[in-house]
Amino acid sequence: MSIQEFVFDCDALGHWFYVSSQGVRHEQVSVVRAFPVVAPNEGVALLDAEGHELLWIAYLEQLSVELRNKIEQALRQREFMPCILRLLSVSSVVTPCVWQIETDRGNTTLLLNGEEDIRRLSGKALLVTDGYGVQFLIRELAQMDKQSRKLLDWFL
Amino acid sequence: MTLNAPPNNLFGLPIEWRERCVFNFHPTDNVSASLEVDLDDNLNFTKSLLILSDQRITLGVDTSENWDFWPTSPKNTLILTDHAGVGSLSLYVDGERVAVWRFTLGRLAAALRFKNQFERQQNKVIAGSDADESISSYSSDFVCQDCQSPISVDIDECPVCSEKESIPTSTLTLFKLWRFARPYHGQLLLGFILTLAATAATLVPPYLTMPLMDDVLIPYQNGVHIDPVIVSWYLLGLFGAAFLAWGLGWIKTYILSLVSERIGADLRTATYEHLMQLSLEYFGGRRTGDLISRIGNETDRINVFLSLHLLDFATDVLMILMTAVILISINPALAIVTLLPLPFIAWLIHIVRERLRTGFEKIDRVWSEVTNILADTIPGIRVVKAFAQEHREAQRFNDANKHNLSVNDRLNRIWSLFGPTVTLMTEIGLLVVWAFGIWLVSKDKITVGVLTAFLAYIGRFYTRLDSMSRIVSSTQKAAAGAKRIFEILDHVSSVPEPSNPLPIHTVQGRLTLSNADFRYGNRSVIRQLNLDIQPGEMIGLVGHSGSGKSTLVNLICRFYDVSEGSIALDGVDIRQFSVSDYRRNIGLVLQEPFLFFGTVSDNIAYGKPHATRDEIVAAARAAHAHEFILRMPQGYDSLVGERGQGLSGGERQRISIARALLINPHILILDEATSSVDTETEKEIQNALDNLVRGRTTIAIAHRLSTLRKADRLVVMDKGQIVEVGPHDALIAAQGAYWRLYEAQQRQAQIEGAVLRESPSMPVDSKGESTMAQSPAKDR
Repeated sequence: MSIQEFVFDCDALGHWFYVSSQGVRHEQVSVVRAFPVVAPNEGVALLDAEGHELLWIAYLEQLSVELRNKIEQALRQREFMPCILRLLSVSSVVTPCVWQIETDRGNTTLLLNGEEDIRRLSGKALLVTDGYGVQFLIRELAQMDKQSRKLLDWFL
Repeated sequence: MTLNAPPNNLFGLPIEWRERCVFNFHPTDNVSASLEVDLDDNLNFTKSLLILSDQRITLGVDTSENWDFWPTSPKNTLILTDHAGVGSLSLYVDGERVAVWRFTLGRLAAALRFKNQFERQQNKVIAGSDADESISSYSSDFVCQDCQSPISVDIDECPVCSEKESIPTSTLTLFKLWRFARPYHGQLLLGFILTLAATAATLVPPYLTMPLMDDVLIPYQNGVHIDPVIVSWYLLGLFGAAFLAWGLGWIKTYILSLVSERIGADLRTATYEHLMQLSLEYFGGRRTGDLISRIGNETDRINVFLSLHLLDFATDVLMILMTAVILISINPALAIVTLLPLPFIAWLIHIVRERLRTGFEKIDRVWSEVTNILADTIPGIRVVKAFAQEHREAQRFNDANKHNLSVNDRLNRIWSLFGPTVTLMTEIGLLVVWAFGIWLVSKDKITVGVLTAFLAYIGRFYTRLDSMSRIVSSTQKAAAGAKRIFEILDHVSSVPEPSNPLPIHTVQGRLTLSNADFRYGNRSVIRQLNLDIQPGEMIGLVGHSGSGKSTLVNLICRFYDVSEGSIALDGVDIRQFSVSDYRRNIGLVLQEPFLFFGTVSDNIAYGKPHATRDEIVAAARAAHAHEFILRMPQGYDSLVGERGQGLSGGERQRISIARALLINPHILILDEATSSVDTETEKEIQNALDNLVRGRTTIAIAHRLSTLRKADRLVVMDKGQIVEVGPHDALIAAQGAYWRLYEAQQRQAQIEGAVLRESPSMPVDSKGESTMAQSPAKDR
């Protein structure tokens, strides 16, 4: 699918708008990834305020650098799924417990209510939902350092 | 008595009846069917034989020589009914009942065949053709002698009978496990040799006590000086033996545990794999909890048995045999006295075994009862809570638990007595050895060293015997477990794979049902059904609930096989294809879509695990699921299914439609796909379905007739038969069964509409007919 020229930018109110190649303007557009975990750079969609699909971008690489930056900026604002890089310490090996973690968005703490809040996604990814509903992602268990894996092993 | 020329095909009759039948039959009167009825008019058990021949029906009675006859004539009819476990077959002449024969329900299938044969014969007579040949299709070769159900040619054992058989668990069942042990025979042999060596090593130390006593200690008491060199050699020998036993024991335990763990895992996988292959009929008759406990607990128990108890047992047996040999070689007389309690203990073990055997099986059953309650109530928790029956369910669980306790208690009474009794026996045995040994020493028959060695040996020997007796319970447990596992493994699927499956190349999608009959047990659900479905045609199945629509769909999916008749795909009987090849061509959308635990994309790609992401998205788009999936926080990577994101019924349904779309089936089956959702969602789903239906042979069941507007032909079913076939307009014009159904629904819609108009405050959300008519306009 080739991508027609379109406009995607942020208006003065901080809402994203989209003007299609036919020149139709849509306000309050949101950008979502179809496969945020397994293939974050494939399948990005623009949705209007009601959630109807406006545009499907099969690969982000298809876009010009400028547009791509805008889209990624919009995605960054909307998406919040920190990736756990390292486990620094855990308060206890029995749940509920508090983890000190290092994520790609900085260090934070995570409250784990139960082992069942750690879910195995397709592939090697793990999704950890903390007590407040924030979802943390572990992209690849095998790539974490030894200490983190040892700590995590208590809960898997 | 010998029968010369079998004049009238009596060989099909049960053996005990044949002889007497010869006297009662005219040689030209061909016997074509028989039915042994086992109740008399007052419902007492009396066996008599009902024989159908060309000219008459004969009732042979055990007690009397006067047999009754009823001539067959075209005016006769046989009616088969059953009530409360008693079946009755009545003969009517001109609408008047002239005879009734009763039997227990086990013979119902045979009775049905008798009746069918009778009717076939009647038809022959009415058709006027010769009634002598081919009627006698009755052949004893293909009928089980016990239950009279037909057996297909390639199965030796009658599947109906073998299922009912329930022989008590025999330890022999455990030998069936050899099938799973065979791949590891190399390691097993190595383990056995190591066991032998390790056991031998443990027997060295007691042997060394003999020279230590006789050559060192006793001479010292008599004034001879102790030689430190000899002593240190002996001590070194003791240490070496202990060290060797440790090392060998370690390796052997490791190897054998490794192997037994693998055997257990293989067993579990094999059982599950086999279970997945079994037909829906099997699952329909079993309870989930029972199956879960079989695969989980029983395999674990067998595993523990193999890795721990069997290993111990082998060691014990070896130890006892070796000890016995050593003892006899040292002093036969004392050895015989030492071994005296052995037969007593063996006898005791045998007695207890008998009692434990049934006990453990009972515990297993009770345990699956407990699991069943869990498996029943946890998925149905909404119903439990809605009717506020938490306490009752807790009570039910409590009762099952109590039952479990009482069964266990009963068993423990025997079991607790058993252990101490064995210990007592061994203590008495020790006493006897002491007494006899002292006497032998006093007579100078043996040295003190020999007696010490004997005591050292039997110390070990008896503890071994004691632990060996404990194997009884775990062997029985494992045997009971193995029996329950092999019950699954030995169960032959009622939807058998053909021995030489035909490959499926290109499917046109033409389905032909000819004379299809189906019975659930002995209840006839589909009767003599003929239907020809053209490639790409959409068929709407209509009828009251219980009219056999879903059964028909199950037959087409080959979840069950037809009892008689056939279903053919592009002219080839579907039983000739391999089951999974055939089902791969069928897309099924059910009323209650089932989503597995996993991500949305996993669920869509369920039927085609290697689908690309583009394919998944395309399928989701066609199923009108793409947009709501995008609105979910992790898009296609969102978790659904158990504990996952809450999805509405319509959303789940659209995911399941995408699943069906992705495999691109030639035949599509929609079983009430839209009946569990509201009209608005139905519209969305209907749009999705329109994409799915295009170009495929489709069979749709719908309760709301409006959803079948697009069907090329409507098939109206009633009581397992087709009553009407034709397009909507033609059926309406015919004013038959379909017209009545349609009118009833229209009236219902009008009444609802009137109610809605009278109360304007209510939101008008069921627009029913009108929204349906507009729906194609929204099609992409």
